[in-house]
Amino acid sequence: MIDAKIPEGNLADKWSNYKDRSKLINPANRKKLDIIVVGTGLAGSSCAATLAEQGYNVKSFCFQDSARRAHSVAAQGGVNAAKNYKNDGDSVYRMFYDTIKGGDFRSREANVYRLAECSLALIDQAVAQGVPFAREYAGYLSNRSFGGVQVSRTFYARGQTGQQLLIGAYQAMMRQESLGKVKTYTRHEMLDLVLVDGKARGIIARNLETGKIERHAANAVVLATGGYGKVYYLSTLAMGCNTSAIWRAHKKGAYMSGVSWIQFHPTCLPQIGETQSKLTLMSESLRNDGRIWVPRKAGDDRVPNEIPEEERDYYLERRYPTFGNLSPRDISSRAAKERIDAGCGLGPMKNAVCLDFSKALKEQGRDKIEEKYGNLFRMYEKINGVDAYKEPMLISPAAHFTMGGLWVDYDLMTTIPGLFALGEANFSDHGANRLGANSLLQSCVDGYFIAPYTIPNFLSTELKSEKVTTDHPAFAEAEMVIREQLDRFLNVQGHLSADHFHKTLGKLLYDKCGLSRTKESLEQAIIEIEALKKSFDHDLKITGDDQVNSELEKAGRVSDFLELGILMCYDALQREESCGAHFREEFQTADGEAVRNDEDFCYVSAWEWKGEDREPVLHKEPLVFETVKLTVRSYK
Amino acid sequence: MKLYLKIWRQEHRESKGDMVSYEVEGISEQMSFLEMLDLLNERLIKKGERVIEFDHDCREGICGACGMMINGRAHGPLSGTTTCQLHMRSFKDGETVYIEPFRAAAFPVLRDLKIDRSAFDHIIQSGGYVSASTGQAPESNSILIAHDTAEAAFDAAACIGCGACVATCKNSSAALFTSAKISHLVLLPQGKLESADRVIKMVGQMDAEGFGHCSNTEACEVECPQEISVLHIGRMNYEYNKALALRK
Repeated sequence: MIDAKIPEGNLADKWSNYKDRSKLINPANRKKLDIIVVGTGLAGSSCAATLAEQGYNVKSFCFQDSARRAHSVAAQGGVNAAKNYKNDGDSVYRMFYDTIKGGDFRSREANVYRLAECSLALIDQAVAQGVPFAREYAGYLSNRSFGGVQVSRTFYARGQTGQQLLIGAYQAMMRQESLGKVKTYTRHEMLDLVLVDGKARGIIARNLETGKIERHAANAVVLATGGYGKVYYLSTLAMGCNTSAIWRAHKKGAYMSGVSWIQFHPTCLPQIGETQSKLTLMSESLRNDGRIWVPRKAGDDRVPNEIPEEERDYYLERRYPTFGNLSPRDISSRAAKERIDAGCGLGPMKNAVCLDFSKALKEQGRDKIEEKYGNLFRMYEKINGVDAYKEPMLISPAAHFTMGGLWVDYDLMTTIPGLFALGEANFSDHGANRLGANSLLQSCVDGYFIAPYTIPNFLSTELKSEKVTTDHPAFAEAEMVIREQLDRFLNVQGHLSADHFHKTLGKLLYDKCGLSRTKESLEQAIIEIEALKKSFDHDLKITGDDQVNSELEKAGRVSDFLELGILMCYDALQREESCGAHFREEFQTADGEAVRNDEDFCYVSAWEWKGEDREPVLHKEPLVFETVKLTVRSYK
Repeated sequence: MKLYLKIWRQEHRESKGDMVSYEVEGISEQMSFLEMLDLLNERLIKKGERVIEFDHDCREGICGACGMMINGRAHGPLSGTTTCQLHMRSFKDGETVYIEPFRAAAFPVLRDLKIDRSAFDHIIQSGGYVSASTGQAPESNSILIAHDTAEAAFDAAACIGCGACVATCKNSSAALFTSAKISHLVLLPQGKLESADRVIKMVGQMDAEGFGHCSNTEACEVECPQEISVLHIGRMNYEYNKALALRK
């Protein structure tokens, strides 16, 4: 039985109780402890900086050429905090409730409450670092509303909130680098986790510039390596986003949870060609003023501006009158898919819906709209060559955020002692669906405020254990396995590129384990991915050498995506209910709404790796709700 | 459409590079420039040749990883646009396109179009931050910042660190990059206290990294994908001279 180690006490007191009782480490002893942090997005950078400020020695790793480029940089809309600056009835409890409900009652109460509680301090911290959040004319911080809630609790920096928060965290980390407390290893990719006596004691990394395989030892390892939505190939993620760090930790014994809970973002640019590499996200904040519609009749070939008002179907306003265009992401995406599948889609591949600003432009004027969304309209024009002030944007759902990830307890520690997972890399706070602007929040809160308490609490018990060095045989063994894998990739000499396998896997998963799934589609997908994996082992072709070689990097990532894809299907298969982003077609109401099954499925899945040709084993962490009452999630 | 590409190929930091010609057919207008290179790489793999190495990641113009000289212009023909946001509709069928890495003494080439921009990280390390450790922050609304001030600070903070400013400058100066950070932080009350120390250290580091001096050609502003203004360089010079004059 896996234990989440939730502290005692009332919901609102749990985190304070934890902090009051967590063990401290003498500042003189902190200098003796080394921590590896993999990933330099918001969770990784903020954690590295904060641990270094406390006096620990931090080694920070990222595959990018600078820590500032991690994909948190691309988050547009904002970050939530229950400051209640708008005096619109917001509170920590309300934010907690919105998040639990938004996640379709598939997350832990204690974790989510802590997230809402720590949101207050995050805004203070970011402002102190110089993050230029939007301000009112009197100088106070400004807010806007976001999908799935009825208060305005989202803080933002134009459409580049992620970039600005990340620069704040990156600069805090660079400050610690100048003070000698952080050492950054850029262009380094973690290829394996090293365990000594069952505890995480280091990593094997490849220097992507020289090709050198390096060993790094530490007293604890933190994975803040982001989500794996790139498994679909076409997604809103960066090209380098991958699952390798968490997947290789999984294969070393860390459990994976909620693996099939993947959010499709409703407002992305549609696919328009076969060579496309990316589905760019247009911030959800656009839904504050944009109205979503499709033509009433299927197969309408007219361009959007030629379709008269009475022939437009504002399907979100029709189906969900209370939340309308601000309905949560899973519901909005599924509603779009439903209309597209019904033949009402627009655009060259008939796979898009309209996001229309004509009403907002008329009511508020172009200046106001430009101030709020100017950069997004410019981006739209650059990519499509279309002026969205004159005609509606065409948007479509795209794979975006993974609620699933490594299973962690309340301390954010995985099932491997000494291995922590932060931010999108863990599964913890969003349940089966994440609310907009909670992702930046969770990454920051994990890194600035939670891990810096829980990691020392773990390390306090480690001071007496013997220091592990890279001479330990466990490092040599792990290194050898990695070298063999890299040699194998280079020597297969088949005829298909790594991208070919990635694209094939992505299409397969999108169709069979995407916005909606069935028992048949999932069983079929497992068979097909197994076959694709075999083909990958024999037909892969990598050119070039073992130094700078982006194809070799891709091969390792695609190899891990293939294995992950199979686990995604198993996870979706065992959950015979529809909840949040997980929609099993067998479990829906007559009007197409999700049917959750609290009696049998009110748990978190935690999968254990059993080896290459063996089925994974499912463990269950029951979700206990002491404060909220489970209800049918309705946005009507 | 079909393009004739001439691409810089270089094995290592120390080796000599060369322009190599490629003919790429079957390019469509809606492809991005990087997708066009993906297409070429896919064909090179088929032929058993080493792919063209280039940096890229988010492909939505915000991470700052991509960047190449396209027909002599940083990030290509469009203004306010990164390479990943450039689409093939900006090119004509049959055109010859020259693709080279960003060149500067402080940005050594690693392989083909990949360069080492760690000099930018060093400049930030020298002082491009507010010294606010986690836990020290006051209530956020206790620091009032006028709307226009916050917007002006944002304009400077929007820099993505791509290095186009350096690549296009005839002196390979990093003045726009460095001044944008100095401006971002000096405009805000949170960053003001450390401003004198910051500007002296950052300008010193910029010189130590081997970037050239600014001679006010303003080419950097023209090529900056975030359209960051050269007026920040003016502010940096003002802050620098003020800090020197008032230094105790």
